[in-house]
Amino acid sequence: MNAIVRNAPFSLSRRSILKGAAASAGAFTLGFAVPFSEAEAQAGTPEINAWVVIHPDDRIIVRIARSEMGQGTLTGLAQLVAEELEADWSKVGWEYPTPGENLKRNRVWRNFSTGGSRGIRESHQYVREGGAAARIMLVQAAANAWNVPASECRAAKSVITHTPTGRSVTYGQVASAAAKLEPPKEVVLKPAKDWTIVGQSVKRLDTADKLNGKQVYGADIRLPGMLNAAIKACPVFGGKVASFDAAKVTGMRGVKKVVQIGPNAVAVIAETWWQAKTALDALPITWDNGPNVNASSETIAAMLHSGLEAEQAFEGNKAGDARAAIAGAAKKVEATYSYPFQNHACMEPMNATALWTPQKCEVWCPTQNGESALAAAIEASGLPAAQCDVHKVHLGGGFGRRGRSDYVTQAVLIAKEMPGIPVKLLWSREEDMLQGTYHPITTARMVGGLDKDGNLVGLHMRISGQSILAGVNPQALQNGRDPVVFQGLNPGGQEGPFGYGIPNLLIDHAMRNPHVPPGFWRGVNLNQNAIYVECFMDELAHAAGIDPLEFRRKLMKNAPKHLAVLEAVAKGIGWGAPAQPGTAKGLAQIMGFGSYVAAAAEVSVSNAGEIKVHRIVAATNPGHVVNPDQVAAQVEGSFVYGLSAAFHQECTVKGGRIVEENFDTYPALRMAEMPKVESILLPSGDFWGGVGEPTIAVAAPAVMNAIFAATGKRVRSLPLKNADLRRA
Amino acid sequence: MARLNVNGRVVEIDAPADTPLLWALREQAGLTGTKYGCGIAQCGACTVHIDGEAVRSCSITLEGVSENQKIVTIEGLSPDSSHPIQKAWLQLEVPQCGYCQSGMIMAAAALLAKTPKPTDAQIDEAMTNICRCGTYNRVRAGIKLAAGV
Ligand code: FES
Ligand code: FES
Repeated sequence: MNAIVRNAPFSLSRRSILKGAAASAGAFTLGFAVPFSEAEAQAGTPEINAWVVIHPDDRIIVRIARSEMGQGTLTGLAQLVAEELEADWSKVGWEYPTPGENLKRNRVWRNFSTGGSRGIRESHQYVREGGAAARIMLVQAAANAWNVPASECRAAKSVITHTPTGRSVTYGQVASAAAKLEPPKEVVLKPAKDWTIVGQSVKRLDTADKLNGKQVYGADIRLPGMLNAAIKACPVFGGKVASFDAAKVTGMRGVKKVVQIGPNAVAVIAETWWQAKTALDALPITWDNGPNVNASSETIAAMLHSGLEAEQAFEGNKAGDARAAIAGAAKKVEATYSYPFQNHACMEPMNATALWTPQKCEVWCPTQNGESALAAAIEASGLPAAQCDVHKVHLGGGFGRRGRSDYVTQAVLIAKEMPGIPVKLLWSREEDMLQGTYHPITTARMVGGLDKDGNLVGLHMRISGQSILAGVNPQALQNGRDPVVFQGLNPGGQEGPFGYGIPNLLIDHAMRNPHVPPGFWRGVNLNQNAIYVECFMDELAHAAGIDPLEFRRKLMKNAPKHLAVLEAVAKGIGWGAPAQPGTAKGLAQIMGFGSYVAAAAEVSVSNAGEIKVHRIVAATNPGHVVNPDQVAAQVEGSFVYGLSAAFHQECTVKGGRIVEENFDTYPALRMAEMPKVESILLPSGDFWGGVGEPTIAVAAPAVMNAIFAATGKRVRSLPLKNADLRRA
Repeated sequence: MARLNVNGRVVEIDAPADTPLLWALREQAGLTGTKYGCGIAQCGACTVHIDGEAVRSCSITLEGVSENQKIVTIEGLSPDSSHPIQKAWLQLEVPQCGYCQSGMIMAAAALLAKTPKPTDAQIDEAMTNICRCGTYNRVRAGIKLAAGV
């Protein structure tokens, strides 16, 4: 029981779970590596297979390997399992298996990583197969009991009926017999047309506790005897701790210990977090700032600028001879765009709670990747893998930041200073802002050639700037090339195809990696690539004297899916019809994370230069929609995230460190600025794409194109707060 | 030692007078529904009611609250999630990650207590909490549903 966080629909509240976790944590010498077997033996709850557990009272627990951080994947995955299980949805609950259990069971739940909008699109097949296999076993168990062929039995809504006689039995009644059967060798999945749970806007499974304060996030964890820690790492990236004067704060109320953590951080451990933070703020620390102390936004901009003209660049997409075509074109259009560093700014700052003894290490944390968190715990604890585990808790936002486990490493190193006592590490907002893994910084030079009729005959897109892979996973580079940079621009695949058929095309990347650590940030490289391409398409259309929609249409003859979402938003916003007085419209489309997205914006700009977004129409073709209401929620949320970034967010660099430390200097969009969002879902049913991220990428370019339409001023760098749009 | 009236109970808080109410609630009173997001009155995740007013509890210290003032946290808004805002939130599936929602709900409940039928402009003015997941449009719809406007 202690190794899993349960949320069964009836009896167990999250609070009792954590109490249970706490109780067993206190008694950890009994051994914690018995999550399912022991717990289920006690509860009499049979596991039908890795994905499905059925209680005698018919409650169903679906195991969820991916992390829920607000995006609804938990409910969507449970729907997929329940569909094939022929479950009564009202009886479905869920639980997280631990990454340690996954390891022990030969990775039966496969990938825990939750990012890249992959939760559903990468696991729909095997989770549905899990549900189908469980159903077959339940039906077989009933058939065995009745001594009839399974082919005469039907399962629906958690009840198995013997069709010829009308006898019936519930899943709970046959679950323990089913659990003893051999799993089927082969399963056939239901065709989409027969779905009754998938495709429905069923209610999320995790809403109730978010309404009354009961939901336990990592920051809320309390274990018996637990201490709290606050931490400061050298704000200059690449710097170290030179010295600190612990004696100055060890006498402060509640303070237990002041410790250096790794080469670059100091932590204070105290009874409460507020005491720890107060002491840490009072602690004199001298930093050895290291080699990057002279880096600034200006030096980084110069570094990126050098890549715009560089000879050496990695190719991403190539057709014909773009340079020659542009040189011979009737008209040449050129523009340089740029995109800043940004912090994820999850609402809940980074945190992890760890308990370390010479025999074992346990961690409780919000993570987007339980297995990476476990790997971090194993390494930091110095213990064998079998003696470590991670208990996932709900995330107060992730957006890519919680795919990294730096805070888990820190928490375990801190806990090692207090053997046998659980310690919760919580970052302050300031620490969270200064120790991010930032949206990569890039700039792009766009050069296009138009013939005398305004046809685009050549396009060269030169991206210069940061590679995420070079920062986080250099082994994944391909002869130095980062393929992720070309998200949305590729000739094909899940992160393309590039929607425009341009006879002479060159998209290349001059890698320039500043010292600021990059990370996967919701929308990743699609964000800036969509701005660069879609704003420049708008520029080309205007240079050609052709309506921006018409200009795109001509180039998208071989990209019907791209065009379909674009046409849908154009229709939705009333493209071509006169705008409301004082407003103007803009369009953008892109393909990424396996899905096709487009947005149209209606914007006004006051004489004082204030931008107001009145209305957004968004269209998404994610192939399949598991829960339409949750997809709509992701689309709405994507505009908040994307417009926050577009309007307000920039992390600047001075003295080698990030300047912005909190929401006063790094604002987010608020309610008064939020436009209406109409979300159109156009699933074509022939593929599985992601929805958590792609729409973010079209938020900014649609608005930026509308700003041009409203003012005649082309904004080419973000955030928009830096743009001067005042009328003369 | 401070005495606070929280959710209708008197709670003894053993913490210095300059401790922010947020941390006294979370760490001394054990009421972790009230969240920490920024600590500088920017995000509203820590919103509670003091005598019916929405207050950002990170930015008021224990000495700023007297025992006579009634503090209500998300845990005390209703015994069974039956406040009209909570019901509307459930019906419209407002929360995503949910971390900001305690503060959102408390801010919205305070708004409705004063302004039972708020206009959009009044909603904009009262609801300045940050939600990174992006629930603003559902928050607005939830307030309107609860208000019956
Ligand atoms: S934590 Fe109080 S306003 Fe952000
Ligand atoms: S629901 Fe996640 S921050 Fe608002």
